[in-house]
Amino acid sequence: MMMNVKILGSGCANCQRLEALTKKVIDELGVEAQIDHVRDYAEIMKYPILSTPALVINEKVVASGRIPSENEIKGWLNS
Amino acid sequence: MNVKLRSDTRLDKSPYRFYVLFVLIVVVWVFLYNVIQPFSQWLVFTVCKFQPGSSLGESLAFFFYDVPKILLLLSGMVFAISVIRTFFSPERTRSLLGGKKGAVGNVLASLLGIVTPFCSCSAVPLFIGFVESGIPLGITFSFLISAPIINEVALVMLFGLFGWKVAALYVASGLTIATISGLVIGRLNLEKYVEDFVWQIQAATIGEGEKLTWKDRFERAWGSVKEIVGKVWLYVVIGIAVGAGIHGYVPQDAMAGILGAKTWWSVPAAVLLGIPLYSNAAGIIPIVSALMEKGASLGTVLAFMMSVRGLSLPEVIILRRVLKPPLIAVFIGTVGLAIVLTGYLFNLVL
Repeated sequence: MMMNVKILGSGCANCQRLEALTKKVIDELGVEAQIDHVRDYAEIMKYPILSTPALVINEKVVASGRIPSENEIKGWLNS
Repeated sequence: MNVKLRSDTRLDKSPYRFYVLFVLIVVVWVFLYNVIQPFSQWLVFTVCKFQPGSSLGESLAFFFYDVPKILLLLSGMVFAISVIRTFFSPERTRSLLGGKKGAVGNVLASLLGIVTPFCSCSAVPLFIGFVESGIPLGITFSFLISAPIINEVALVMLFGLFGWKVAALYVASGLTIATISGLVIGRLNLEKYVEDFVWQIQAATIGEGEKLTWKDRFERAWGSVKEIVGKVWLYVVIGIAVGAGIHGYVPQDAMAGILGAKTWWSVPAAVLLGIPLYSNAAGIIPIVSALMEKGASLGTVLAFMMSVRGLSLPEVIILRRVLKPPLIAVFIGTVGLAIVLTGYLFNLVL
């Protein structure tokens, strides 16, 4: 099944790093995923977060306000 | 898949090893912290045979003592502060501030600004989330002013180079400035100068955040140590090198005329100079510390530091997304004035 992955962020340095890391993990695992980088604040605030960057997998916020480790992202993508 | 399984079993088996490792690191840290001063003296004056009291010898001894000292302090303190911060997510802070009115709310918001993890790039979602949930504008500002001013890197540098009294004074004045500026902004009824789209956003309801184990907290703190020390160590080294040069070569009291307490314009000039200097706080403090030895006054130095952290250009640009120009002007004016007054106060009192 195609996964839906979103990075919520204003385009800050940490948001770019989270996007790059997520892409890398997705490539390594070989899962099929659609990645979007959401920069619009009105869109971002529809998710229950107060700090960016945030990672959303299949519309569920898995991390916000930090860059999770590679292993954490692997775990979320596998489950 | 294999990688994940292997690392998971390794982590599951090793909670004890994890804590043993932690205690071991603490012991090594304390040992290193206590030997760097004798080591730097021995290296410069015994091994390299510089004359004690010579300009180059004193500069080098200063450099080889301060660089490892500050880097050790920085790693230790960032770790400790990051562990504390895992207990205070922005979500938790927001629910603690909910329903608070008046000065109590401003004081609480300023205090929470110290312990809540915050990066200026998150200022906008945080601002929207706070005002959407009904937290008054003034209390939101107290938080937004306190969070960047009282920053762990600035705190460690002040503690390492000026001692705990100056570091404590810095925290106390940061809290006071955030509380009072927030109170003033709250009284001015400036809600109409918040960008209209902010009030139209339908923000999602937010829970209390995630449950963490001690191992998670330590791992995240270790992640912040790597990130922050990795980002600032070069500035620290360069700053201390310049500071060491000033320490050894600039004559005593050379700065008294420019940055001393008797020059009335030194405090506002320091505040103006601090606005465009943001990310280099780590490199600036050692230089400022050396200048202070040569006669610059403490009030001026603290005003400069608070302006570097609290009135940064990048944060103002980010906040412009949600605040109209008059409110931006009030924000800069109030915080700037509060910092200048604090600087004068210290120059008078100390």
